[in-house]
Amino acid sequence: MAARLVIDAAGPNTIISNNTGCLEVFSTKYPESAWEVPWIHSLFENSSAVASGIEAALKYLGTKDKINVIAQGGDGGTADIGLQALSGMFERGHDILYVCYDNEAYMNTGVQRSGLTPFETNTTTSPAGSQSFGNIRPKKPMPEIALAHGIPYVATSSVVFPQDIQRKVKKAFSIKGPKYIQIHVPCPLGWRHDSSLTYEIAKLAVETGLYPIIEYENGVLAQRKIKPKPVEEYLKKQGRFKHLLNNPELIKKIQDIADNNILKYKLSLENQSSV
Amino acid sequence: MKEFVEGSHAVAEIVKLCKPAVISAYPITPQTHIVEDLAQMVADGELNSQFVNVESEHSAASVVLGAVATGVRAYTATSSQGLFYMAEVVFNIAGLRLPVIMTCANRAISAPINIWNDQQDSVSLRDSGWIQVYAENIQEAVDLHLIAYKLAEDKSIMLPVMVCMDGFILTHGIETVDIPGQKEVDAFLPPYKALYKLDPEKPITLGPLVDPDSYMETRYAVEQTQKKALSMIPGIAADFNKTFGRNYNGLIEEYHTKDAERVIVAMGSVCGTVKDVVDELRSKGKKVGLLKITTYRPFPCDAIYAALKNIPKVAVLDRALSLGSFSPLLTEIRAIFTSKKKKPQVISGFNIGLGGRDITTHSIKEVFRLLTNKELTSEYIDLKPELLKENYDISDSAGGLSERRKEPSCE
Repeated sequence: MAARLVIDAAGPNTIISNNTGCLEVFSTKYPESAWEVPWIHSLFENSSAVASGIEAALKYLGTKDKINVIAQGGDGGTADIGLQALSGMFERGHDILYVCYDNEAYMNTGVQRSGLTPFETNTTTSPAGSQSFGNIRPKKPMPEIALAHGIPYVATSSVVFPQDIQRKVKKAFSIKGPKYIQIHVPCPLGWRHDSSLTYEIAKLAVETGLYPIIEYENGVLAQRKIKPKPVEEYLKKQGRFKHLLNNPELIKKIQDIADNNILKYKLSLENQSSV
Repeated sequence: MKEFVEGSHAVAEIVKLCKPAVISAYPITPQTHIVEDLAQMVADGELNSQFVNVESEHSAASVVLGAVATGVRAYTATSSQGLFYMAEVVFNIAGLRLPVIMTCANRAISAPINIWNDQQDSVSLRDSGWIQVYAENIQEAVDLHLIAYKLAEDKSIMLPVMVCMDGFILTHGIETVDIPGQKEVDAFLPPYKALYKLDPEKPITLGPLVDPDSYMETRYAVEQTQKKALSMIPGIAADFNKTFGRNYNGLIEEYHTKDAERVIVAMGSVCGTVKDVVDELRSKGKKVGLLKITTYRPFPCDAIYAALKNIPKVAVLDRALSLGSFSPLLTEIRAIFTSKKKKPQVISGFNIGLGGRDITTHSIKEVFRLLTNKELTSEYIDLKPELLKENYDISDSAGGLSERRKEPSCE
């Protein structure tokens, strides 16, 4: 769904390099393919390096200006195993948009924790138990990591804001150089909620401040403002946080993360004017 | 034109003449001089290529993968740990049927870390689907690169080729080399025309998920193509010989094997040393010879069989091991003869020149001396007995633990 929005915004003159993952598996079972644009899948961690090669070839052929190059992957392929190749792609300045579909765990293999799994999340490899509250670390700050490379465009979005996704993809392609967009995408199976709640849950992630919708163009921040809701509203709708619900102390730790985001990215509509 | 040059520079020169659109490499000794020279050629405007400075070998291989998938010619080079670091991409490139050309400057594998030459790196990746060729000297290394592009990009092949050359011995050695001119190269190697490529005008999906219903057939197809390459290589070598005035068979070289009683089988630069010893022993009336294997993948079974079937005693030199079993080349040479009536009485195996241990003419004479009626399977040449304690202590081999030498006391 999010991928569909990205491709539509990018248009037909686009080449896609895809990490191994859920998207690749369900969209390309031989001999069929769902992709209407040229598409390549090589491995789990190298879509940004493969895209670098595609971009270099297009430059050599003199067709780079007419063709968009997208590299894309899930949260694990981006923030964990693919981070080195992605950093190389940023640092070398390739004219490529990297899109991370962030569902906050390795869903394709059965809900194992990744570097983008939130604090205290129950996954199969960070399970809650008598000695554990789930994942012991907060999300890896991927947008900041991208930003620190000095690249011209970094943004986050969510599957609940299709127009925002498309606007940001189009914006990204109006800028030369490496771009990074991270899109929050609930996974009902992995987050353990009814799929009818997908929209509502994704929206709450944004409204609580747990998933800031931000945009940095040449380092200048713009953000989607919110009237912050308590994180509990978001947590209680998902099985992956069920173990926290009778423990105000643990919930407070997550509330602190949201409050920090709200301050850091100036998300709150209260007490300031919108940008 | 004949030049007195370093091996790496000669390889960079021939790669330049092949006009790769994209070059990507990560530095590792002893491959570095090749890509440094190419980078300089790009910097000086002598070579119109996109030179992509990557953060690892994994990405170097991925970049050339992406470039060839986009329909252009590409080149990379690596060694040892670098080749292992890109191993999964190496398999991937072959599976995607992308004719990438890579130089492997052969170097030992860690631990203990060692930058010198053996062939453990490329031999360990023999099952990847890549065509693998081994150079005896710098001239051959140069020529094999040109042959590699011609073979890889043939519409009936579309497989990557690894040109293996012994690290330092060939990469940093200096010889008189005949480097062809651009006109002859262009006549021999037409511009790359991709059978399939990533192009918005004609969208294709590369690298889809293939389930049990069809995966096996993709493996079979690569296998069949390897066989096809085996039948094509001699023809390409013959064309090459005609254009450039060389004398390659492409698969193997037989050196004084016709009437030989004892023959050494080997790959790479050691063949030069063996030839010297063969010449010396022949002058003393000894019937010895060399069978050089140039193409290791696809493995030229029939050619090897024909060359060795009447040889009474064969010695196989391995410069890579399969720890816990028989050495790779020995295993395969023996396998050729399992169901054959005509065969050598003895096929002995020798492990030699590991981690850069010098292979001298004396070492080769030792092999011939040990090549008797008694079949040997894993005979190490030039081991140092003084380093092998009677009561073997594992700590001696654990990454080469060393103690600080104690100062002699003044008491």
